[in-house]
Amino acid sequence: MSSLLSGACTFALGSYAVASVVVVARLIGGPRAQDRVLALDLLYLHGMLAMLVLGIRYQSDIYFEGALLIALFGFVSSSALAKFLLRGEVME
Amino acid sequence: MSVEMPLWAQLVVALLLVCSGLLVLISATGLVLLQDFFQRMHPPAIAYTLGSWCVALAGMVCFSVIESGPALHPGLISILLAFSVPVTTVLLARASLFRRRAAGIEGTPPPLSAPAGSASEVESPVASRP
Repeated sequence: MSSLLSGACTFALGSYAVASVVVVARLIGGPRAQDRVLALDLLYLHGMLAMLVLGIRYQSDIYFEGALLIALFGFVSSSALAKFLLRGEVME
Repeated sequence: MSVEMPLWAQLVVALLLVCSGLLVLISATGLVLLQDFFQRMHPPAIAYTLGSWCVALAGMVCFSVIESGPALHPGLISILLAFSVPVTTVLLARASLFRRRAAGIEGTPPPLSAPAGSASEVESPVASRP
């Protein structure tokens, strides 16, 4: 792994970390519940992107499957939370 | 299993990764700085589309060069996001609208209340079609 590529991976991972901290500020201080759900959804995306970048960094396919699972779980959990906010229960 | 990539592939992958990092930072900053919830729903779209596509393209280039053949599986994640994110966004926007109406917050758009007669007139040609 060259220093250019590993530097770019480190920069991307660092900016995801900073962005996650910023989003956690919204998650904690969000005035209403839907702000928190939105922030949680974005945190899922940051975790998934970090998995993809790690896959490029270590040149491994395993991380890709983890990223796919995180994307699926993020979709299911966010839509379940939004449905809960809408109706007061998830399934009827 | 560290395979050395040619310089052009390294440059492309590094540029895409740096772009994705900057775009994700921009979207997170927007999420915190904007004032209203409906304004705040927009910045995550930058991360969902441009950020994830940049990383997926970087992954495609990287794995295609390493395996010396087309490797398109990172694009699967972007396609999955393109299907799943609008569903979540619309559900969340409807939930937010519902909750703001229930809480009586100023500036919330009223529900679309079409009269029953006009609605059935619009519906009837479709319904009576054999």
